[in-house]
Formats: sequence, C-alpha cells, structure tokens
Amino acid sequence: MSNVISVRGLKKSYGSTQAVAGIDLTIAQGEIFALLGPNGAGKTTTVEILEGFRTRDSGEVSVLDTDPSIKGSAGRNWRNRIGIVLQSTSDAGDLSVQETIAHFAKYYANPRDVDEVVAAVGLAEKSKELIRTLSGGQRRRLDVALGIIGSPELLFLDEPTTGFDPKARRAFWALIQDLRKTGTTILLTTHYLDEAEALADRVGVISQGQIIEISTPALLGGRATSLATVSWLSASGPKSEKTDNPTALISKLSADFPGEIPELTVKRASLEDIYLEMIGGEDESE
Amino acid sequence: MSQNKDPSALTIGIARGGLELKQFMRQRESVVFTLAFPIMLLGIFGSVFTNELTDGVTFSQYFVAGMIASGLVNTGFQQLAIMIPVERDFGTLKRLRGTPMPASSYFIGKVIVVFVTMLIQVSLLLIAGVLFFGVNLPTDPAKWFTFTWLILLGSAASTALGIAFSVVPKSGRGASAVVSPVLIVLQFFSGVFFVFTDLPGWMQQVAAIFPLKWMTQGMRSVFLPDSFAAREVAGNWETGRTFIIILAWLIAGLFISIRTFKWDDQR
Repeated sequence: MSNVISVRGLKKSYGSTQAVAGIDLTIAQGEIFALLGPNGAGKTTTVEILEGFRTRDSGEVSVLDTDPSIKGSAGRNWRNRIGIVLQSTSDAGDLSVQETIAHFAKYYANPRDVDEVVAAVGLAEKSKELIRTLSGGQRRRLDVALGIIGSPELLFLDEPTTGFDPKARRAFWALIQDLRKTGTTILLTTHYLDEAEALADRVGVISQGQIIEISTPALLGGRATSLATVSWLSASGPKSEKTDNPTALISKLSADFPGEIPELTVKRASLEDIYLEMIGGEDESE
Repeated sequence: MSQNKDPSALTIGIARGGLELKQFMRQRESVVFTLAFPIMLLGIFGSVFTNELTDGVTFSQYFVAGMIASGLVNTGFQQLAIMIPVERDFGTLKRLRGTPMPASSYFIGKVIVVFVTMLIQVSLLLIAGVLFFGVNLPTDPAKWFTFTWLILLGSAASTALGIAFSVVPKSGRGASAVVSPVLIVLQFFSGVFFVFTDLPGWMQQVAAIFPLKWMTQGMRSVFLPDSFAAREVAGNWETGRTFIIILAWLIAGLFISIRTFKWDDQR
C-alpha cells in the first residue's frame, strides 16, 4: 500500500516515433508528484497510460495495485478510486455547477457530499449559475470538483492552471494544498516551474521519452549546491560576485560597511534556470 | 475493493437521459433546429402545394407522412451524428471514459434523448397535420400497429446509424456541414419533398437502398387511404419488405457502432 503508482520500463511508440522510451517511476501514498517536461517529451502519453486511456508497448505499470488497461467491472472498481482532471473540457455549458457535480456523483460508489465539494472548490456562490457563465478559472475549479467528487485515492491533474492570471493561480494552489491534507495522492503535470515548486513534494523531469531526474524541487539539478550570486552597491557602483560560500562573503562585506549593505541580494539559480539547463532549451521545439 | 454498491448501468443511463434532455431544452439551437424547423417546413410546403394527387389525397397529406418519417431521421441520425462529434471534440466523452460510468449508460442516455425528442416531434407534426393540412388519423387498429412499430424500429435504426456515422465528421464544428447535406439529399431522393413515383428511375433506385424511403412509404401506408397503394412503385405498400430493410439497417448500424465508436479523437 506504500506505492500508489509504480512504473518500470514503460515504452510506447507511435509508428517510428518513440514517445516513451523506458520510464521508471514510483509515487508514494499521499505524495504530490509533478511531472515536468516540454511538449512532445512523452509527458501526456505517460500520464494517459497511467489513466488507462492508452495502451503501452511494454513495461510494468501498477496504479493502486491495478493494471490500468483493466476492463469490465474490475475496471469500474478501479475507476471508482481515481479522479482525472483533463487538460481542457468545455462541455455542458447549459447545466448549472450544482447540477453537473450532482450528476457526476451518481457514477461513483462512494461519492462525496455535493455541497461540500462545491464549497471545497470555492464555487458555493456560483452553484446555481450555468457553466457557460463561468470564468476560465472557475471552470477549472469545476473540473477539479468533478475529479474529486468520487472521493478518489489518486488524482491526476493535467496542466491545471494554464491560462490563469497570477491571483487565480495562487487561489488554485491553495485548493490543491487543501486536498493534500485529505491524504489524496496527486500526479500533476505542468509547464510552470513555480507551480511545481509551490505544490510538489517531488519533481520528475521528462525529456525525449525518458526521466532525466527525479528530486525534490529544492534539490533538483544540484540547485542547493549551485553557486550563489551576491550583489550589492559598492562605493564604485554595483558589484556582484559568484560564490559557493555566500555567508562568509556577506560577513566580510558587513565589516566593510558601517550599517546596511546597500542593495544587497543573494540569488541562487531558480528552478526554471535549472530546468532549462537540464532539457537543453528544447522547450521551444513544440 | 470498495464494498459500496455500484449504481447500475441502467440507473446511470436514465440519469444521463434526463440530464441530456434538460440540456436539449435549454439550447435554443437544438429546440429550434430539431423541433421547430420541420413544423416550419410543413407549413411552407403544405401551403404552397395544395393540389390533389388523386381523389381525396392532397399533396400536403402525402408530405405530412414524409415529414413524420423524416422526424425519425432528424431526431436520431441527424441529432446524434452532430452531437457526438461535438462531445468528442469538447472532451466530454473522454472525461466520461475516465469515470466509473459504464459505456452502456452513455448509449442508454442517448436512446432516451432520441426517443423523447422523436415522440415530441412526431406528435407536433401529427397535430399540425390534422389541424391545418387535412390529415385524417387512421381508425383501423392495424394501421396504428404499423405506425407503432414503424416509429420504434425506425427510430432505433436511425439512432444506431447516427452513432455509427459519428466517427465520420473530423471535428465537432464541421459535423453539421457533413451530416445535414447527406440528409437533405436523401429526403429529396426518398419522396419526402416530391411524390416518389414522379422522381427519375435512378433516383428511386438509389433511395431504395436507404431506410428513409421505406419509412416514408410505411408512413403513407398509415396515413393515406389504401386505394393510394396502387400508385406506389410496387402497386402495394410492401409492408413486409419495409420491416426487413429497416431491421437490416438497424443491425448494420449496431454492428458498425460497436466496431468503430471512438471516445477520443487523438491516437
């Protein structure tokens, strides 16, 4: 019961293109795992195999101790335990938020309380409104509501905040952090590095069908040990220095200045810098 | 793993049918296009062509029979062959596939939508036909029996063929542009807008392959006097052949649907 997802040697080709070229991955119960990677890296294919939407060519895949290619009533039992929030869905604009969520609740053996879910995703005030009157961010919250109505043990979130303004994104992150408290395991795919950093316990970077590193956001790509850049305003103008020992440099500087060190900043490589370095700038090749 | 009772496929299917009907009634396009448009056509054609075809049979009576048959095709084939590609495009189908909803529930829901909208449409056409176009409702129970199996079998075949055809449109947006012309041409060929026996022979032969021709002929056998049967191609109503041909299309539609239905447009 410790690993909710475990994947070994997963491969999938479309014609002569190898989309997934041997992926190994384990995700523990209660973990939020972010899969990062440029378009065409094999992210979507991998997740869709885990969701049971696509078949694989080879490799072992277990999701909640079940092979996702399972069909029939066993497949139904399995689907009762997972929730999927797809990249974009724009259907059923003529139903209200409440009607839609209440309807989806009927599909599940153990649905959550509809009003409670409406409130959890912050749509209580919009509950009676038709879906087509919702903003993009509100629609995405509805998508999440439909993903969690069945009280899933595992939730897939595919690029959940694409097209959000910064405020809506922060609010959405808070929603996901609330879900973490309920013990739901979450597999998140995203383009946004800050999102992975804010939400994920661990991050996997996928490139050309392979996972090139799995780590915590803080340690990814040797980030913690990379050189820090210390900048300040000296008497002769702005200065900056790269160092693997910023504390020593700052205590030396503080001896040179009577009070505050003017315009002092200490910067480490951002997750984005590390990530772009790892995938070698191939994010452009969509 | 979970010990709670799963809702049955039928229960979910009925819930889906109810939900889809609610959506249908809230969409002005679908109400106008699917329900009101045939009534408007009936009004226009019935008012323009007022001539008598034979003693006691006017063209508008002939036309009402054809429009009722078309109603079976509009609410089944046309509605589904346009709606399903839209749902596929919007991701509705894929989302449903990711839930424990059994696939059969989806189709039960569609059958309910088709059946209810078909009943509404046929009733509206019948009422308009009786009130404004001199259509006489049959008194012979045998004719009502024919009418009943015609709408049930015809609507079932039309539903199956609509689901089968739903893989043809490449996108949701283009679906009505692919589906509607097929249907309009078929209506012209099948003796809905013109008297079938007045059409060129090759057109009659093409139409005889498809079910709409047989549905219209079947509806004429219900709503026109039996004396009119002599003016049909075969000189009689061909009721047995009508049944067999529509049934064959139903089976073909089911077979193709099961083999080709797609929940997802990628892959």
